[in-house]
Amino acid sequence: MKTDLLVSLALTFFTTAIFSVGGISAMIPEVHRQVVEVHGWLGNDSFASAFALSQIAPGPNILMMTMLGWRIAGWSGLVVATLATIIPTSALSLIAGRAENRISHARWYGLTKRAFPPLVVGLICASALVTAQAAIDQWLGYVLMAGVALFVALTRQNPLVPLSLATLVGIVAGRLGYF
Amino acid sequence: METRAAPPLSEPEPAERPRVSRLDIFTGFFLVGMFGFGGIAAAMHHVIVERRRWLNDQQYASVLGLGQVLPGANLVNMATIVGDRFQGFWGAVLALVGLTFMPVVILVALATVYDQFATNPDVISATKAAAAGAVGLMFGTAWKIGKNIVTTRWALFFATLCFISIGILRLPLVTTLLVLGPISVAVSFWRGER
Repeated sequence: MKTDLLVSLALTFFTTAIFSVGGISAMIPEVHRQVVEVHGWLGNDSFASAFALSQIAPGPNILMMTMLGWRIAGWSGLVVATLATIIPTSALSLIAGRAENRISHARWYGLTKRAFPPLVVGLICASALVTAQAAIDQWLGYVLMAGVALFVALTRQNPLVPLSLATLVGIVAGRLGYF
Repeated sequence: METRAAPPLSEPEPAERPRVSRLDIFTGFFLVGMFGFGGIAAAMHHVIVERRRWLNDQQYASVLGLGQVLPGANLVNMATIVGDRFQGFWGAVLALVGLTFMPVVILVALATVYDQFATNPDVISATKAAAAGAVGLMFGTAWKIGKNIVTTRWALFFATLCFISIGILRLPLVTTLLVLGPISVAVSFWRGER
């Protein structure tokens, strides 16, 4: 039943978003767990291509959820996944933004600001690992991954440069039968 | 650690708060969305601080910090707050629509084209390579921000535990955060007291 699917989709994206401290990196492993492992809505291939396409396209990376919704349930899935991801957290932001002065001087805010970032770093690494396992199946993929990682870690250049380079290398290697 | 005795200082307001219309909000975030490739952080700062001067660097950092502590996409949260600050509820709505509408259209168009050529070997190689590169971008980003954040043994402990729980054991995000979040806050509190 389509309605059941949409409700289930809305609940999945809503719950994940509302707990995603650290943004998209917190969402990716959990959404992969739900979408691929728990519900089996998509395979690793579709998950990986949704990730790649949303990285290539302009706009917030969170639109990967929009793409997943579209892949899972068409246009209604697109709308449901996007709204379930964005609206509840934006509503929370609206309320918090109006109380910014009070919040930013509250004691718990200072504590949270120091306590959460290490968790976020762990989440980004976990996110990268889960995505790597879903999207990379050959040694050259890991080489490209490592190349971009080093470039980003060691320089302050726009990441589009190594990303385009990696894509180009991928095409050439594919032509030569290595990818 | 801030002390309790210090009275809350109000943020220094600029002498004249910039006038930002609803149309400005929409077009500003439209630009952020359209020019934000590989994440919108740089485009957001460029438009809000450098080009339009809605916020100064200090105000920007403060709103960004709030957007990061709140759940959800950090910069989408930030767009909501900035839109609301200048034009209330409808400002927030326009900021979100401006930021996401065209990128969604482009993304769907891109995916449709991709599906047409999904069996083309060049497209397959390119997508796989782009995905592998984007994973590298995540690791690189983790390293870049991690070296400023993971500076104590406790920070390393919590980052590692969180990574193992989500990345290796594949435990649910909710469980992980409900356990590690409070403990991490408690440790911060305890360490701040000494």
